[in-house]
Amino acid sequence: MSDANWPLFEVFIRSRGGMSHRHVGSLHAVDAEMALQNARDVYTRRGEGLSIWVVPSAAITASDPNDKDALFEPTSSKIYRHPTFYKVPKDVGHM
Amino acid sequence: MYTQGLNTIDAHSTSPADAEREARFQARIDADDKIEPNDWMPAAYRRTLVRQIAQHAHSEIVGMLPEGNWITRAPSLRRKAALLAKVQDEGGHGLYLYAAAETLDVAREELVDQLLTGKAKYSSIFNYPTLTWADIGAIGWLVDGAAIMNQIPLCRCSFGPYARAMIRICKEESFHQRQGYEIMLTLCHGTPEQKALAQDALDRWWWPSLMMFGPSDKESQHSDTSMRWKIKRFSNDDLRQKFVDATVPQGHFLGLKFPDSELTFDEADGHWRFGAIDWEEFRQVVSGNGPCNKDRLQARRRAHEEGAWVREAALAHAAKKRARVDAARLAAE
Repeated sequence: MSDANWPLFEVFIRSRGGMSHRHVGSLHAVDAEMALQNARDVYTRRGEGLSIWVVPSAAITASDPNDKDALFEPTSSKIYRHPTFYKVPKDVGHM
Repeated sequence: MYTQGLNTIDAHSTSPADAEREARFQARIDADDKIEPNDWMPAAYRRTLVRQIAQHAHSEIVGMLPEGNWITRAPSLRRKAALLAKVQDEGGHGLYLYAAAETLDVAREELVDQLLTGKAKYSSIFNYPTLTWADIGAIGWLVDGAAIMNQIPLCRCSFGPYARAMIRICKEESFHQRQGYEIMLTLCHGTPEQKALAQDALDRWWWPSLMMFGPSDKESQHSDTSMRWKIKRFSNDDLRQKFVDATVPQGHFLGLKFPDSELTFDEADGHWRFGAIDWEEFRQVVSGNGPCNKDRLQARRRAHEEGAWVREAALAHAAKKRARVDAARLAAE
């Protein structure tokens, strides 16, 4: 028996036209072609998608959860990046 | 679907350095934060989840066997198409769950190996045989009904990948229960013989379905940690009572009688009171002595062995294709 494990792929599905592809899960396949076929069977049995992307899991570079504060904390003080920071008189109407 | 693994937890061992991280971890859980695979987590949390998710996945896969038994003998094309779709869903659920377990740094092959060598458990319910077509109705109605009761709270489990897999599964599972109940309804409105089949199926599946929720709260000493970690949200007995309360009126609507002489409605609190569960039977089935334990494992082993050449051939074919592409690129350069 073969001991080699099939590579892991991450599956992304576009559920409707105009939406972006969204991560739905992962699966094993020997290559990208089989990953697409398996993704269709495993993740779209009820018309969940119009388009599938499969990406080798090993190809994904992720940020480290421990860096969360260093990466994202600086933006929390920059409230002037949000429209609600600016006061516009009611009489001006919607802006 | 099947989470009797919720009832055991690995021993807790913490170094002082971990104590602080563990306090932070618990604070996140208390704040209803989701834990993701790359986040720090106590080793016991990881082990408990791996075992539970794997057991859940194994249950989905082994659960295909008792129902698969009737695919070729379904009474109509409509029933056959529905049963095929249901069994295919169970396979899909197994795969979602293996994928969720793998985010915890364990390979699917390793988990499958644990199932095939008998090291890992799966839900006790699948060690009962499907003797008649009515059993397919009873499984959908009762077994999937009990599974849904168990699984809905798991959609809010603290571990993100497990919770997300459960959301998908719960969405698909409700068709399973309805198709089962519809089979029971059709049999109960049929000939006296058909109704007798439905009654016989209820008689055989009722108590094993109640056992699916696991030992009584008095016996399961590990619940507290699982609850604190928000892996588990309700106790076994609470979920079992919820299931009984929901299911008994459905059975009466079918005109069937539950095999429990002590089943009575408690006007005071609005719950159905049921008789004592035969825990010795449960223990026997869980420890390998149920009616079908050996058959189920044998069937899984055979499928695994007979599929080995397919797995190897697919890998070899992919390697050959890759080599061809590489050679063509080299030649072009």
